[in-house]
Amino acid sequence: MIASFFGSIPAMILLTGILVGVSGALLGSFLVLRGNAMLTDAISHSIVFGIIVVWLLTGQMSGPVQVLGAALTGVLTVVLSELLARSRLVKMDAAIGLVFPALFAAGVLLISIYARDVHIDVETVLLGEIGFVWLNTVVLWGQQVPIAVATLGAVLVVNLVFVLVLWKELKLTTFDPGLAAALGFLPGVLHYAVLTLTSVTAVAAFDAVGAILFIAFVIVPPATAYLLTRRLWGVVVLAVALSVAACVAGYVLALRWNVSIAGMMASMTGVWFALALLLAPGHGLVAQALGQRSKRLDHDCRALVAHLFTHQNTPAMAEENTLRALVDHLRWPEPRALAAILRAHDRDLIERRAGLLTLRPKGNAEAEAIFGRIEPER
Amino acid sequence: MSALADLLSSGIVRTVLIGAAMLGAISGMLGAFAVLRRQSLLGDALSHAALPGVCLGFIIAGTRDLGSILVGAFITGALAALIMMLIVRRTTLKTDAALGIVLSVFFAVGVVLLSWVQDQGGAASAGLASFLFGQAAAILASDLWVMGGVGLVALALVLALWKEFKLVSFDADFARAQGFPVTLLEATLTVMVALAIVVGLQLVGVVLMVALLIAPAAAARQWATTLGPMVALSAAIGAASGAAGALVSATTRGLATGPVVVLIATAAVVISLLIAPQRGLLWQALAARRARARISDGRVLTTLQGLAAAHDDASYPAERGMLETALGARAPSARIAALERRGLIHPVTHPPETTPHWELTEAGHAEAASLSGKPAPAQDEGTR
Repeated sequence: MIASFFGSIPAMILLTGILVGVSGALLGSFLVLRGNAMLTDAISHSIVFGIIVVWLLTGQMSGPVQVLGAALTGVLTVVLSELLARSRLVKMDAAIGLVFPALFAAGVLLISIYARDVHIDVETVLLGEIGFVWLNTVVLWGQQVPIAVATLGAVLVVNLVFVLVLWKELKLTTFDPGLAAALGFLPGVLHYAVLTLTSVTAVAAFDAVGAILFIAFVIVPPATAYLLTRRLWGVVVLAVALSVAACVAGYVLALRWNVSIAGMMASMTGVWFALALLLAPGHGLVAQALGQRSKRLDHDCRALVAHLFTHQNTPAMAEENTLRALVDHLRWPEPRALAAILRAHDRDLIERRAGLLTLRPKGNAEAEAIFGRIEPER
Repeated sequence: MSALADLLSSGIVRTVLIGAAMLGAISGMLGAFAVLRRQSLLGDALSHAALPGVCLGFIIAGTRDLGSILVGAFITGALAALIMMLIVRRTTLKTDAALGIVLSVFFAVGVVLLSWVQDQGGAASAGLASFLFGQAAAILASDLWVMGGVGLVALALVLALWKEFKLVSFDADFARAQGFPVTLLEATLTVMVALAIVVGLQLVGVVLMVALLIAPAAAARQWATTLGPMVALSAAIGAASGAAGALVSATTRGLATGPVVVLIATAAVVISLLIAPQRGLLWQALAARRARARISDGRVLTTLQGLAAAHDDASYPAERGMLETALGARAPSARIAALERRGLIHPVTHPPETTPHWELTEAGHAEAASLSGKPAPAQDEGTR
């Protein structure tokens, strides 16, 4: 039963994707909320340099030493960028953009010079080979387990323990680093702890999804979750769920269309984001547009009530309290005027009497509230 | 020198050399504005977003026609910029998250399209993946005209809108208050970054393009204090990096042009950061050292002056240990030697002691007086 699970190619591919997605989303939630999302970009590029250097030194591609060694390059990128920015010669964004392409370029050159015959080529560096992760296995508790699954499983456990154990500290340093520092929580240490784990995760995920798609797994699900909820635990749980859903949907679609599996999984995180951006309740673009429309209609309603009130019981009433007057005098397009009348009618503000629009008691009250600031004549 | 002549006699090398120099000049010129406006990583996001455009251009045109591929890249790049703006303006997500989302999702879609195109087969699709890292060898002489055209458009835009770009780069709020169409100008600058990326796709690819936008500008900023020279220098450094990178990669098989150009541009940055006058790190360190030395010298002088005043003897000889006790710190021998050289103190012997002693000279008293604001004590008779 277990053997057939670890022997099943689709299960292993899917499991690898989910492990990458969940490990990434756990850390990504904090990176996105702290405004450090682009450090992921820098880290995931520069670990390429670390991976190749560690390979040149040890002759091994996988193993704990290799993962940690390569992950150091990711942290080094951040340290170098921050040092450079602190010298005030360049701004932080330019510092990031100077350090990681240089390390990445060096890594690519080293690969093309020394590593031509190894299974890592420059395209794998970017795209990964999630379809082939089941080829390299290791025996664990009598089972043939893909190395990627074993490594990523270990990384997931570490990330999960880190987030659960340091939940309060992470929360405080994320939302109020100043207070956290004053209370002695060492926000700097936690910052580097998160970045170190991100680097480790990036190295572990590298074989499966490559340097760039990894960014999607770290940034996009947490950003999507942040559009949908404001609670920290909500963001983390939702981000994890969205990652898993993206992996499953991406895998199914990739098989159907015969396209890159990792690419499709990462693309699906983008689909969730687009849906949330459009449809998120309250903050989504559609909700914003509807809210704006409703606000404009309310405003028109008030203008209509004020207009009717001004001309009520005056000689001009026959001319002014009509639909025509709204179109001609207020220069409202007819649909807008009609919509305002309908809305006012629905809200029981006005009624049609003898062919004229007249205010109902509720409408009169609203008009008086509008004009209430005017002193009544003595 | 003859090796260089041999290299240049090859048509491909010449084409790559000219192409890389042109690319460096264009991205250097446009990158200067991006760096000043703190939008360095925008180039990174836009260049990754060009990948799906490359594939779509290929799918629609059906051939590996550079024109349609570049148009595709430009369109998806611009779309990415729009979506980024939308995310930043309409959600509570920060700029860096928006950059990361656009970068990774567009790239993922590009990867999917790339795999689809390759699956559909066709010999023409084979070189499409080369846009990831660029493939200098694939560049044709006719492509140079396209690059030159884009470069001229960019140059014309920069010259025509010079004043506006300058204002937007340094004080966008002031520009807005003055009634300049800031959003339009910012959009134009973004479009120009996309143009530079389109030019760079073939040579350095989507992944490393960001370095070519940032590095020449960061290097130029070290040497120039005003916008005009900075932009010109940035273009020059970009062109030089491109040309040098093309030459180096032509000498060795297996050295891809893009990474080499990027590393050379980075080296230019490192050198500039270190040695540029005034702003360079070495200069700063030197200036800090000088300031420390000046303060240290001043303290030695005023301490000697204080000792002289306390003993009511202008030429009071102070022994090192005494000087250091009064100073409350170690007096570096180098500083004492420097003060001697400047003729502010001079060593004397003070029999029966054999250790060296120092006393202030006339000039030393004047200097100490100007530092401490106290007059020199009266000369003690008999010592002079």
